[in-house]
Amino acid sequence: MDKFRMIFQFLQSNQESFMNGICGIMALASAQMYSAFDFNCPCLPHYNLAYGLGILLVPPFILFLLGFVLNNNVSMLAEEWRRPLGQRGKDPSVLRYMFCSMAQRAMIAPVVWVSVTLLDGKCITCAFCTSVPVETLGNASHSGLSQGEIKRVLARIPCKEIYDGQELIANEVAVRYLRCISQALGWCFVLLMTTLAFLVRSLRPCFTQAAFLKSRYWSHYIDIERKLFDEMCAEHARSFAKVCIQQFFEGMSTDLAATRCHPPRKAPADVREAAEKLLGITDQATMNTALKSWHRCKPPLHLHPPAIPSGNGWAGEEQPPVHPPVPRRETAAYYSRV
Amino acid sequence: MECFRMIFQYFQSNSESVMNGICGLLALASVKMYTSFDFSCPCLPRYNMAYGLGIMFVPPIALFFCSLLLNRQSLVMLEEWRRPQGRRKKDLAVIRYMCSSILQRAMVAPVVWVIVTLLDGKCLICAFSSSVDPENFVGFANASPVQVQQLLAKVPCKDDELMRNNTSRKAVSRYLRCWSQALGWSILLILIVAAFLARWLRPCFKQATLLQARHWSNYIDIEQKIFEETCCEHSRLFAHKCILHFFENMQQEIKQHSFNLPREEEGAEGEEDLLRGITDQGQVNKLLKMWYYEKPPL
Repeated sequence: MDKFRMIFQFLQSNQESFMNGICGIMALASAQMYSAFDFNCPCLPHYNLAYGLGILLVPPFILFLLGFVLNNNVSMLAEEWRRPLGQRGKDPSVLRYMFCSMAQRAMIAPVVWVSVTLLDGKCITCAFCTSVPVETLGNASHSGLSQGEIKRVLARIPCKEIYDGQELIANEVAVRYLRCISQALGWCFVLLMTTLAFLVRSLRPCFTQAAFLKSRYWSHYIDIERKLFDEMCAEHARSFAKVCIQQFFEGMSTDLAATRCHPPRKAPADVREAAEKLLGITDQATMNTALKSWHRCKPPLHLHPPAIPSGNGWAGEEQPPVHPPVPRRETAAYYSRV
Repeated sequence: MECFRMIFQYFQSNSESVMNGICGLLALASVKMYTSFDFSCPCLPRYNMAYGLGIMFVPPIALFFCSLLLNRQSLVMLEEWRRPQGRRKKDLAVIRYMCSSILQRAMVAPVVWVIVTLLDGKCLICAFSSSVDPENFVGFANASPVQVQQLLAKVPCKDDELMRNNTSRKAVSRYLRCWSQALGWSILLILIVAAFLARWLRPCFKQATLLQARHWSNYIDIEQKIFEETCCEHSRLFAHKCILHFFENMQQEIKQHSFNLPREEEGAEGEEDLLRGITDQGQVNKLLKMWYYEKPPL
């Protein structure tokens, strides 16, 4: 039990590094997906733009949604958002913190896809090959073709095998030009994203550190509370099952004893223990009421011995503490376990 | 269990080695990124310089910001810098020490990129092929200025139809590559000598101040980690108590006596210690605010 507690504690306190690991894996998966994808430019005037921009923008959107779906904390956020107020108010800053941290992690794979796509250059080459400046790079006036014809010829630039416009503009020149633009865009995008991330991260301690500490604590609390509740329910269900089955067999053996005059056996020690763990909830209706009540009316965040709920909610921020706070808090702050 | 505790403590006490590891990984990632990047010079008169210098300088800036992001200590330093004074004075020497160590580590990956770029040579050839003096090269000496610019701009593209069998192209390319590599090795040498001198001469100046600054910067880092750990443990116990109280209330409502209570009281005493008297939301919020606004004196 202590071992599990230590592992739990380690994962919880290192939740950030755990989530960072998952982000790294998604980023690598995104890059791998791009290299495994077989890009096939249609080489037709209007289809090129749609295909190129589609490959550039649609998969990132899907990856972003996937990032949310794969994140376990989404259901926790939804639950906290939709629960009835009950005895515990709702703090919008905690919800905002949870959403922001999930969104930041979900953004990584799409950003990697867009960067890799731009740095590779195939998408932009496909999408914008009809917009190449033929006047400066090639011989527009020399060929005597109509605008439509020129567009049709230019659309075939990404497909080297069927390209027939070498007199209009050399294929390599056009591809190099488009690729240069694409890579410049790619690096600018990467720089912009890293600068934004850096600013977001470094400006936070300058402005909202106290509020941040609070939101982070309570969002971890909600997560831990949910997990602990599930654990306790599982333990309760186990004890319930044990006692139920034991009672069934006792019932059977009582019936048999009545017919054969044997005294019923005493319940074994572990079943007595299980019965004690039931916390007084011993039938289905009571358990259902408990679970309903947990959802509809979560208990207030107040642990003092009078078990009557006192109605402290999230909204009550400046509650005067019941115990003399100063000496105890100093002890808390100084206590070190290293 | 002991094993986990030891690994935990190792990481806590050796945050410097973790940071050095991250620094090394980023340097390797920088080299890998350069080798997998498909450099394609546009071979057009004005675009070459922009592309070549852009590839040499923009990724290092992005890598620098990346290093700062991945380094946990940069956040710790910023928090220490911006916190209200409260009852603990701020020591600027500690903040300066942390800042310089973070910046030194963040500079490694960008410098690696720049040096690899110079030693490879493609960027400089692309950027400066139009700036070469055509008089020195036979193939370009007898053309008009505009034509010369066009031809020189195409030097980095070996497969271009004009440049395919041009020996002067190879001459220009070799010339520029030679300069690029000389520059790369010189920069590497200067940096290594500077690092060597800094390391050797440091003990001659203000060693005691340095030791103090290093100690207190480690302390701040460890204190932050332990605070987060303690908060996690506290919230776990808070949740445990909260749920137990919830079940107790249920019992009262259905008017059944819980024979678990006496045992809970004993266990609760040990846990009460760990809760340290902080048993409601208002107290927790106040604790966190106090921690930020008024860190305890050392």
